[in-house]
Amino acid sequence: MSELFFTKKHEWVKVEGDHATIGISDYAQEQLGDIVFIELPEVDEDFEQGDDFGVVESVKAASDLYMPISGKILEVNEELEDAPELVNEDAMENWMIKVEITNKKELEDLLSEVQYKDFIEEE
Amino acid sequence: MFPYIANTPQDEKDMLKAIGFNSIEEFFEDIPKELRLNRDLNLKPAMTEAEIKVHMEKLGGKNQGKELVNFLGGGVYDRHIPSVINHVISRSEFYTAYTPYQPEISQGTLQVIFEYQTLITNLTGMDVSNASLYDGASAVAEAAFMAVDKTRNKEIIVPDNIHPNTLRVLKTYLHFKDLELVVVPTNEGTFSKAALEEKISENTAGVVVQNPNFFGLVEDEIEEIVELTHKNKALLIMSVDPITLGVLKSPGDYGADIAVGDGQSLGNGLNFGGPYFGFLAATKKLIRKMPGRIAGQTLDKDGKRGFVLTLQTREQHIRREKATSNICTNQALNALAASVYMVALGKKGIAEVATQSAQKAHYLYNQILEKTNFKPVYDKPFFMEFGITSDIPAAKVKEALLKEGILGGIELRICGEQFKNALLVAVTEKRTKEEMDQFVQVLEGLK
Repeated sequence: MSELFFTKKHEWVKVEGDHATIGISDYAQEQLGDIVFIELPEVDEDFEQGDDFGVVESVKAASDLYMPISGKILEVNEELEDAPELVNEDAMENWMIKVEITNKKELEDLLSEVQYKDFIEEE
Repeated sequence: MFPYIANTPQDEKDMLKAIGFNSIEEFFEDIPKELRLNRDLNLKPAMTEAEIKVHMEKLGGKNQGKELVNFLGGGVYDRHIPSVINHVISRSEFYTAYTPYQPEISQGTLQVIFEYQTLITNLTGMDVSNASLYDGASAVAEAAFMAVDKTRNKEIIVPDNIHPNTLRVLKTYLHFKDLELVVVPTNEGTFSKAALEEKISENTAGVVVQNPNFFGLVEDEIEEIVELTHKNKALLIMSVDPITLGVLKSPGDYGADIAVGDGQSLGNGLNFGGPYFGFLAATKKLIRKMPGRIAGQTLDKDGKRGFVLTLQTREQHIRREKATSNICTNQALNALAASVYMVALGKKGIAEVATQSAQKAHYLYNQILEKTNFKPVYDKPFFMEFGITSDIPAAKVKEALLKEGILGGIELRICGEQFKNALLVAVTEKRTKEEMDQFVQVLEGLK
């Protein structure tokens, strides 16, 4: 059973037990335009909530990726190194990192899917 | 009429008035009186063009340098410069161009940079090179920033046998970014794994190794140091003399993450201390952390090969504040000289320069030990530079050599009082047997 959350910085977080999978939202990829490079962290690196863990470069902009929650990197999606455009094709399917959650309480800071939809409509 | 600068007294008055001063004295008020010249320059009121020419030539003739036999090194070397270099770099398209980076009008310059990068990566065994930096010392500092940026740690470890000027530049750079510099004492002149082990930790961002080190010695535990550095998830920065790579194992072969150095040795003159250039090359993984400009190869709309600056948006425009470094300067003309040098000599030529330098240096070293009372500073394998010491102050030794028209070397006391009688002697491929024999003769005659 997994739960889906979003952040105001346009990351999505899928939580399963103590593990979370993180990517960027469909709205984010659409705003960025054609993505040409994604820089991701190394496995085993520790991050605090709000730290930047990587960068997405598109033809229009270069944006930081922010950690929605604190955690240790378990896996990075290496496929994106050579094919960053996969995120444009399907942002929800093509995850970026998998982490071990350090503090589950932080999940309370995140938005639900409905809240996120309302948020981007206001933006 | 005019004291060399063509401002009439009226011009002067008008300019002072425009900025709100009554006199030159008042304008320079902020400069303490004792620091001002307080007299006119010692210049004749006027000379004709012909007189000036004779006068200046006479003054220029007082300069010493070219005719001196040079055993000075310490990162900058008196090497043979093939005349083809000056012919190429003197072309006005290269010589007078100022930052010509618009691809639509600057294909020549951009291609040169691209070729330079290719040559540097070949020489260092790394994946990518930037378009060059100011000099070897600032290249080490920029590499340190890359390590900090990549690892998110704040500590850089260096052995005490790197060039003292590099150490000072590194200190300055790190100080103003609140980063920490840890200097590791070396063992009899070389950097050991054991010494590094005492200081390295999970807080280490990068470890610097200089090979050959400032004392000219060839480091013999680099493999172990690379391994230990990587075990601690830090980056290994290797500072090298590019010529030695014709013979020695390259940073790429050692598994270094970043290779840096001063490029003067590659076809650039001594130039009284500059301009030189620094090179910086890294693994592909670090390409987006690299400072400065990078030229890339691409295709134009007709599918023809062309060159453009690449990856600059990220570091210099949109994400400026997040960039490892905002340095935009490269030393294009010096890098071009290096490119022509590398192409003119080729792999074999550079190996030949390195081998000849090493062989000649060992000849001089052996002669000195055999015939004089001088002793080696460190009795360890060296490349083309070595320290010698005796009971006589190094300054006196230098003076005696200079009397015979020889620049004897660098006084090693800049590395500490324990070296107060020591001299660092460099031998390039340019030195002849006669010159070296004369060097030995002067030392023999010293009491």
